[in-house]
Amino acid sequence: MGKLYAKKRQSIKEMKPSKSAVSFILSYSQAMKIVKVGTHTFENIVN
Amino acid sequence: MANNAQTPDAILLQNYISGDETALQILIERHQSKIFGFIYSKIPDRSVCDDIFQDTFIKVIKTLRTKGYNEEGKFLPWVMRIASNLVIDYFRHNKKMPYQRETEEYSIFDFMTDSSLSIENQLIEDQVYLDIRKILDQLPEDQKEVIKMRFYEDLSFKEISEITGVSINTALGRMRYAVINLRKIVEKNNIILTN
Repeated sequence: MGKLYAKKRQSIKEMKPSKSAVSFILSYSQAMKIVKVGTHTFENIVN
Repeated sequence: MANNAQTPDAILLQNYISGDETALQILIERHQSKIFGFIYSKIPDRSVCDDIFQDTFIKVIKTLRTKGYNEEGKFLPWVMRIASNLVIDYFRHNKKMPYQRETEEYSIFDFMTDSSLSIENQLIEDQVYLDIRKILDQLPEDQKEVIKMRFYEDLSFKEISEITGVSINTALGRMRYAVINLRKIVEKNNIILTN
């Protein structure tokens, strides 16, 4: 019987960012406040 | 939560802009795999990908909060475009060798410099050294000795004082007068000592 040289395709895991990365984004979104004064826009990070 | 799976991106974005933080969480969960997979396909380094993924959403958040959401564009392609630009920025910043392309307007030799002296400058330098030696010969012996020891033999004033058998202050004084006298000779004879 002929030998198969082709490699068995490995199952590709679903790529996801780390939990800490997602957690950081959500925390950033909660902390970030935009204040508009006239034509100026200020970003505030509220802890 | 079952409803959330069917809620269109545009509605979730409007909810997020109105202050619903969970809408953002749903959007991230919905699209994280595609966005992260795209970044990873370009940069196969998980920690860098996490950073770029974060930066992408920071830009998304800032844009949504300041400018609102333009419904003309679809959310995922827009985010992918931001991620793509950040990937390009990453490669730009990490380029180890600057890349210069030769065009008709300028040649590559315009910014390539040769640090070695040209033949003309080498001749001038040799002449300057020769002139200095000649001027030195006109100084009193004790001053000439200090100059030679300090500049040609690279000795400290302490070492000079020990060798010549005088105090450090005397050696310093001789150096001072030597420099003053050298200046006088140069001015008197209009000697140019520059290359």
